[in-house]
Amino acid sequence: MQGNGELILAIETSCDETSASVVAGGRTILSNVISSQSDLHAEFGGVVPEIAARSHLEALTPVIATALVDADVTFWDIHAVAATLGPGLMSSLLVGVAEGKAIAAALGIPFLGVNHLEAHLYSNLLDQVGGSAPPGPDGRAEAGEPRTDGRAEAGRPRTDGRAKWPAVALLISGGHTLLIHVQGDGDYAILGGTIDDAAGEAFDKVARFLGLDYPGGPEIDRMALRGDPGAVRFPRPMLTEPGFDVSYSGLKTAVVNHVRREEAAGRAVSVADIAASFQQAVVEVQVAKAMAAVEHSGVDRVLLCGGVAANSGLRSGLGDACAAGGVELYIPPPELCTDNAAMVACCAHALLARGTTTPLDATPDPNLALVPPRA
Amino acid sequence: MLILGIETSTPQASVAIGSEQGVVASALVARGASFNEFLLPAIGFCLKEARLTYDNLGGVAVSLGPGLFSGMRVGVATAKALAQALALPVVGMASLDLLAYDVRHSAKTICAVLDARRNEVFYAFYLASPGGIQRMTEYALAAPDHVGAAMAARKGETLMVGNGALLHSQTFRSMDPGVEIGTMSTAFPNAHALVELVLPRLILGKSDSLTELRPLYLRRSAQPIRWDRMGVAKPA
Ligand SMILES: [Zn+2]
Repeated sequence: MQGNGELILAIETSCDETSASVVAGGRTILSNVISSQSDLHAEFGGVVPEIAARSHLEALTPVIATALVDADVTFWDIHAVAATLGPGLMSSLLVGVAEGKAIAAALGIPFLGVNHLEAHLYSNLLDQVGGSAPPGPDGRAEAGEPRTDGRAEAGRPRTDGRAKWPAVALLISGGHTLLIHVQGDGDYAILGGTIDDAAGEAFDKVARFLGLDYPGGPEIDRMALRGDPGAVRFPRPMLTEPGFDVSYSGLKTAVVNHVRREEAAGRAVSVADIAASFQQAVVEVQVAKAMAAVEHSGVDRVLLCGGVAANSGLRSGLGDACAAGGVELYIPPPELCTDNAAMVACCAHALLARGTTTPLDATPDPNLALVPPRA
Repeated sequence: MLILGIETSTPQASVAIGSEQGVVASALVARGASFNEFLLPAIGFCLKEARLTYDNLGGVAVSLGPGLFSGMRVGVATAKALAQALALPVVGMASLDLLAYDVRHSAKTICAVLDARRNEVFYAFYLASPGGIQRMTEYALAAPDHVGAAMAARKGETLMVGNGALLHSQTFRSMDPGVEIGTMSTAFPNAHALVELVLPRLILGKSDSLTELRPLYLRRSAQPIRWDRMGVAKPA
């Protein structure tokens, strides 16, 4: 089953998820297989690059095979192969790029090296299951899962689940925190970012300090649901400053100092309250900056993407602000927020449509920027 | 049967295409660890010059190291993906075996030694056997002193080959003044030897499992994480 449009096989190995996906016409996900390594890294409390690279090399062959089987296609049905070129961990990127290039060479089809950050933006352009897109041809799991972001119930603006440009994108993950004015395909202006830790990094560090499991983001979110977000008034860094930059290093320190102070005074500390109050501070700052960016850019559309887009506090906070401001909000389902190859395929399709292909001597760039620095 | 050989586990990388009649095309580069740029264009060049296409290949041979981790991974990843996409059998071979195979006509004990950095070497001992070599020890990682001592403890004369043998020749000579050290021409494993060694196996229909094929790292990956460097103290 080929769906409609050209089939792209994409590979994503920039961090600790090994993923392969087949996407038709740049929007219909035929398969999106994600093999997470987070168990391997849990005992270290963070991603260990050498472990990640070894694991990618072992996982990728079966992950690609499964992506083809799930999509009910063979290598010979594929029109182009894409792989994440960066940013990410060099040793991990190398595995995916080497395999992607080799498959493209073997089949005599184009190769596309994709910017991971740009791919996150495109996660919003995939047909989202449960929206207006038709379900998968035989109701397979990837195509049949209902949406889980609950936007419709909350009375927020309904969309067909597929975003359009221009828009303001909030790309928020363990490695990145960026507010981007997306003017068109390949036309991006970075409005602001973090001046120190990425949001997801701050979540992980606070979670570790609080003794929560790795990865910490989902654990904080879970604890926060049981706590009082108003229990502790943590600082809102950069909230009142002009511009769209954020800073999370000081907030993390404030949490540590608060807990130490309370413990020194012999007072019991509620981990749930700390988690809820910390999350509230992040959400408030990030939502305010996003809405300011919308105002500044004159757009009426916000795209949320990246692993932290799965955070329930951020989803509802941004949802409320967008509803109040009459701004459309797009949030991909959780499996398209975390690192995945479907978004890489979607982005590659747009590159191909613009006539871009990547030569077979391309090599990953661990620091690849979304907007190349102007000469 | 035409097969492709890929060797990227040391600072000198090579690819070769060959059959029972010998190697028909090859390419080699020694510019550090930029094999990811070199590898597919080099394979494309060899195919083109030999007037072949990927469809003419009957199998893939790849060096599994030990050697440089990124180089090994690029080689193994490329071999696995080619084999997967073209539905070809794949055979992995140790880089140390390739080094020893190149000097198989020596009557001495052969010790293949590759630089593992951090003042360590990868090594194994071999003896010539009819038509090839026979490995006498496990593939191992050790300080040069340790390898020198192991060599001195063995009977008879030894020929040491590989960039590790050249790099630590003083150490080895001090422990066994009679040791013969190979030259630059035998310092690196190469894809010619790989094609020659693997071809008989592929012709007999023997191959390795695509999913289980992995580099010979011989070094643990996990480094303990220093919490204090991450700016957060572990909770009490
Ligand atoms: Zn990401």
